[in-house]
Amino acid sequence: MSQLTNFTKGFIKENPVFVLLLGMCPTLGVTTSAINGLGMGLATTFVLVMSNLVVSLVRNFIPDKVRIPSFIVIIASFVTIVELVMQAYLPELFESLGLFIPLIVVNCIVLGRAEAFASKNTPVSSLLDGLGMGLGFAFALTLLGGVRELLGSSAIFGIDLVKGDLMLVFILAPGAFIVLGYLIAIINKLNKAH
Amino acid sequence: MEYFVIIVGSIFVSNIVLTQFLGVCPFLGVSGKLDTSIGMGGAVIFVLTLATLVTWIIQYYVLNPFGLAFMQTIVFILVIASLVQMVEIILKKVSPSLYSALGVFLPLITTNCAVLGVAILTIQKDFNLLEGVVYAVSNAIGFTLALVIFAGIREHLDLMEVPKGMKGVPIALIVAGILALSFMGFTGLV
Repeated sequence: MSQLTNFTKGFIKENPVFVLLLGMCPTLGVTTSAINGLGMGLATTFVLVMSNLVVSLVRNFIPDKVRIPSFIVIIASFVTIVELVMQAYLPELFESLGLFIPLIVVNCIVLGRAEAFASKNTPVSSLLDGLGMGLGFAFALTLLGGVRELLGSSAIFGIDLVKGDLMLVFILAPGAFIVLGYLIAIINKLNKAH
Repeated sequence: MEYFVIIVGSIFVSNIVLTQFLGVCPFLGVSGKLDTSIGMGGAVIFVLTLATLVTWIIQYYVLNPFGLAFMQTIVFILVIASLVQMVEIILKKVSPSLYSALGVFLPLITTNCAVLGVAILTIQKDFNLLEGVVYAVSNAIGFTLALVIFAGIREHLDLMEVPKGMKGVPIALIVAGILALSFMGFTGLV
C-alpha cells in the first residue's frame, strides 16, 4: 500500500466514525456544536498521531504478552498531556468537552489503530495512518456537530443565522443518535455508488 | 433520601448511555441478542462497581496525599485494565458458557468509557465511598436497563421491513434516538 493511501483511507473509505463505527461515545457526546466537534477531533488526532508513532517505534522491543497494557500507558500519557495543555491554554473548550478529554484514553480508535496498524508497520506509515484516521474522525465530528448546531440552534461555528433556537431536540441527546443514523445511511449510499 | 436521589437520578433521569453517552460502543455492539446483552450487563455491573471502589480508594489514599492527582487518567485506566483481566480469568473458570457468549466483548470492557467515566465522575462529584458505590451500581443498572430494552427492540427490528439504505446501524441509531427521547420524559423527576 502506498503512503498516500495510508493517509487518505481515513477520510471516507475507512472513516472511523461513519464506516468503522469506532469512538461512538465522544462522537455523540461532544457534538452539540461544530466547534466542539472540531476541538475534540483535533485533540484525538494529536493523541492518535503521537501514540501511533511511539507504538511503531517501540514495536520490536515490547514482548507480545504485555503489548496491550504498554499501548494503554503510552496513550494515557499523551492524553494527560492534551488534558493539561488544554486546561492551561483553552479553558473554555476544556470546560465544554469536560469528561470526554480523559476519555480519549478509552476511545476504541486510538487503541484499535495502535494494535491493528502501528504495531505492524513502520513509523512513517503509522504516522500517516494516525494523521489520516484522526483527521477523518475530526471531519466526522465537525460534520455531525455542524448539522446538529444548524438544526438545533440555527448557527454555524457559533454564528447565528436566525435569532433564537430552532429544533432544540437536535442539540439534546436524542438528536445525536438520529442525526448520526441518517449521516451513516447517506455515507453508506455514497460508498456504494463509487 | 440522598441515596434514593442518586439511584433514581442515575438509572432514569441521567441514564448513562442515553443522556451521558458513556458506553455507547458496547450499547451498539452487543445489543443484537437479548441474552448476550443481559450477560454483558452483568459483567459491567460487576466490573464498574469494583472499579469505582478501587479507584476511589486509590484517589483518596494514594494520589491525593502524594500530590499525584494529575496521574489520575493513567492510574485509573491501568487499574481498570487489570480488573477486567481478573474478571475474565475468573469467569473462564467459573462459567465457561457465559464466557463463550461474551467472547470478544469482555476485553472490550476495558475500553468501555462507562467504567472509566463513572470512576472519574465519582471523584468529580465529591462522593464519599458509600455514595460512590451506590452511584456506580445504579449507573451500571441504568446501562443494563438501556442495553436490555434496546436489544429487545433490535430483535424485533430484524423481522421488520426497513428501507434498504437504513438497514443495520442507521435504523438502530434512530431507534436509540427515540429511546433517548422517551427517557427525556424522566427529566425533572428528582
